[in-house]
Amino acid sequence: MATNKSQHISQQFETELQDIRSRVLAMAGLVEQQVADALEALITANVDLARQVMEQDQLVNDFEIQIDEECTQIIALRQPTASDLRLIIAILKTITDLERIGDEASSIARKALNLSEQDRPKKSYRELSALGKHVSEMLRDALDAFARLDVNAALTVAREDKEVDEEYEGILRQMITYMMEDPRTISRVLDLIWSARSLERIGDHAKNVCEYVIYLVEGKDVRHLSVENIEKILQKKD
Amino acid sequence: MEAVKQQAAPAARAINIESIHRGAKVSLADETTCLEVKDFNLFYGNKQALHGINMTIPKNRVTAFIGPSGCGKSTLLRCFNRMNDLIDSVRIEGQMLLEGNNLNAPAVNVADLRRQVGMVFQKPNPFPKSIYENVAYGLRLQGINERLTLDKVVEKSLKGAALWDEVKDRLHESAMGLSGGQQQRLVIARAIAIEPEVLLLDEPASALDPLSTLKIEELIYELKDKYTIVIVTHNMQQAARVSDYTAFMYMGELIEFGATDELFTNPAKKQTEDYITGRYG
Repeated sequence: MATNKSQHISQQFETELQDIRSRVLAMAGLVEQQVADALEALITANVDLARQVMEQDQLVNDFEIQIDEECTQIIALRQPTASDLRLIIAILKTITDLERIGDEASSIARKALNLSEQDRPKKSYRELSALGKHVSEMLRDALDAFARLDVNAALTVAREDKEVDEEYEGILRQMITYMMEDPRTISRVLDLIWSARSLERIGDHAKNVCEYVIYLVEGKDVRHLSVENIEKILQKKD
Repeated sequence: MEAVKQQAAPAARAINIESIHRGAKVSLADETTCLEVKDFNLFYGNKQALHGINMTIPKNRVTAFIGPSGCGKSTLLRCFNRMNDLIDSVRIEGQMLLEGNNLNAPAVNVADLRRQVGMVFQKPNPFPKSIYENVAYGLRLQGINERLTLDKVVEKSLKGAALWDEVKDRLHESAMGLSGGQQQRLVIARAIAIEPEVLLLDEPASALDPLSTLKIEELIYELKDKYTIVIVTHNMQQAARVSDYTAFMYMGELIEFGATDELFTNPAKKQTEDYITGRYG
């Protein structure tokens, strides 16, 4: 029901909802860029880019506060119901996750700064780069699912999260081996582990956004359920 | 004092597993039926106003009818105590059962039915009598005139309608001197004085200011322990606040009927969605 194409009688309300949606998408675009830049900074030891990511985190925070305020206004003045209500609630939750993703990007950028002053390993963080690519795709697909209100796309992303978790476990095991082989690498490897952890968390936040998409479109709260159970719930409705 | 605070804090935070699961959803399937409507049609002359209505109204719950003007919600409400009998051109088909008995059966005494099924209208309509006599009116009609009995019922009803404290010192003054909100609560007191089973409320708060409206809504919440309440309202937030179940009607048809929580967050039908979110059909 969320894909309600009919227009509100109140044109002003219609405009407010459209504005707030496009602002969320703008915030999403910024966050996506932040993650991409933080990864780039980490892999290529780009100090300037890392600094820029850390500075721009403030923009993400400002977006969160502004959208929060607009949602509060709409609830107070319009008393939204049904799909309008679910849209506002989904937005409130989504921007919290987006802001957290921004924090993780900023944290990766800080690690990139630390690492830029140290020796680069030969493989140049290949595994971390692969995990980053995977997580970035997940995030992009989650935000696309949000923009298009696409439940199937949301489900696909939710499924990906398990793979990301496994990749993260793999990196962790490998890093532990490095540290055991050569304790002098511990400081550097710890920064890498924290970065991998941040990426894994971004994957979790992307999955959360997908759950809000399903709530928004289907009116079903699917948090804390396995993907199999989510599928069952969605099938039951049809 | 500090020690008490320190002790109390963990207790207040103690996890009550029950409370987490308590917000259990209501479901029509678990309710006792009070009123049942079966394949009900109603015609004003040649014009059909209600089309094949089927629904069960649960006992001791608040059921709200919402829908645009002319959708038939008031017409349906008025059938529950046969107010439509007063209109000559009305013809009905199908059945309406109150506690399993056909309320349109020839043997049913309409006065008795209206004693069981009380009604309150949009505009407060107190009689030009004292506050006391307004509430006692129904009992006097039944031939009850003992002062003590009347005193008791008047006090109980006014308390039930959350009006007692405001009028107890002027029971014998004219009811016309009360404010609109007070008059509406007086009318509710008059309706519950004869202890009906069902209370029909037709836009009971639409002519009242927001605070009086809240008082009426609070009253509805308190009254549902004892009465089955059916309310027609144009104010959707009010329906959402006071009712357990909501029926959405459109062009004389019952489009959707279900738990209010569900209907206002995730309606099943697009027509319902469009109406409650304020969209063009």
